[in-house]
Amino acid sequence: MAIKVETPLTDNVIKELKIGDEISLSGIIYTARDAAHQKLVDLMAEGKDLPFDPKGSVIFYVGPSPAKPGQVIGAAGPTTSYRMDPFVPKMLEVGMKGMIGKGSRGEEVIKGLQDYTAIYFGATGGAAALLAKSIVECEVIAFDDLGPEAVRKLTVKDMPLIVINDCKGNDLYVEGRKEWSRE
Amino acid sequence: MRTIDVKEVTAALKKISIEACTVLNDDVMNCFKNSMKDESPVGKAVLEQLVKNAEIAKDEKMPICQDTGFSCVFMEIGQDVHLTGGSLREAVDEGIRQGYTEGYLRKSVVKNPLLDPKNSGDNTPAILHTDIVPGEKVKITIVPKGGGSENMSRVNMMKPADGVEGVKQFVLDTVRNAGPNPCPPIVVGVGMGGTFDYVTYLAKKSLMRKIGERNKDPKLAELEKEWLDEVNKLGIGPGGLGGKLTAMDLFIEEYPRTIDYSPPALYLYFHAARCKSCII
Repeated sequence: MAIKVETPLTDNVIKELKIGDEISLSGIIYTARDAAHQKLVDLMAEGKDLPFDPKGSVIFYVGPSPAKPGQVIGAAGPTTSYRMDPFVPKMLEVGMKGMIGKGSRGEEVIKGLQDYTAIYFGATGGAAALLAKSIVECEVIAFDDLGPEAVRKLTVKDMPLIVINDCKGNDLYVEGRKEWSRE
Repeated sequence: MRTIDVKEVTAALKKISIEACTVLNDDVMNCFKNSMKDESPVGKAVLEQLVKNAEIAKDEKMPICQDTGFSCVFMEIGQDVHLTGGSLREAVDEGIRQGYTEGYLRKSVVKNPLLDPKNSGDNTPAILHTDIVPGEKVKITIVPKGGGSENMSRVNMMKPADGVEGVKQFVLDTVRNAGPNPCPPIVVGVGMGGTFDYVTYLAKKSLMRKIGERNKDPKLAELEKEWLDEVNKLGIGPGGLGGKLTAMDLFIEEYPRTIDYSPPALYLYFHAARCKSCII
């Protein structure tokens, strides 16, 4: 049975979650990928405000396909997360608490999750039509010129996720593979 | 000699680019369904999501995956065909432009990548491979290649002395290191021989095969089965969460090499294994 979690995330909620937990996420989350992350850290370096309040925030690594008339959003599955690894320490510093993506994270991220009590959720890569069904509102709030890479404010309802890296240094990709490897 | 207006190429590409991105091929769907019964609980849950995802995408004509990729187009042009009505290259790009715009597919192509990266806005230009073959038909295939699996693909300029065992280790190491990143269950395309550039083309071309379609050379066909078994012992599983089905298939395409080098290339493709063809 999936655990219901709401944003913004708090330390108390994060501390209870462990790798392999199925999550049903609801609330407001923000999208950002490679180019948007660069712009976000540039804003920080200039001492300017971010286009959203980072405290307790969850960032979804996604560049959706365009919405058809009548759709909230197009297909919206996760992109590979490691490309955003270099930006994660700065995002954690300003209060980001969760990330949604797919694929393995680097040492700096796994350590950061422990230092800042934060969490990395996996969404199924390529299940983009299915995931779009859990997005009920979508609004571009920054960097419109980046097209699919613009920062969007999403309202999600029961988005199906799984905990990949918890705040205690565990990694579901490593543990899952260990259990099933026949090498 | 047969005359074909390039407008037919544009129309065909518009149609198959949308189909490739929104309709999962039957061979892949069958592989998901047939693999569920033996899969790890978490792997089974991922496969169930992928089946449901494909059904939603087909019903609502929306992309299976938001990353509708670089439009890689392969054309086999009969040598008795005369293409008229304008530039073939422009006709191909126009087909991609129309397909990606009218099909609400994501535009991911960035121009001037080194100095001034800007989205081209219509997913053009395509990557176009042409081959001249006997006959008076034109076969067009599109393989929209997304970033997740592209980033995990590799080429290795190995020594002839590294032999079959060396290539096998390269295959296993590459898939092991890619882990969850290319969206398993993947398809593994192995190119062997040729030159640095040609070997990657061979590997890419192998991805156009259907799941279960073996190399015509019986010895290579055996090797494909053996290496696929080895890959599926890695334990990566659907979604990379741990399980049995790491790869749905492994294809080898060979070409002669010189006496100086022995390059294998490994082209990984994510679970949707998008590929559509048509013949004019």
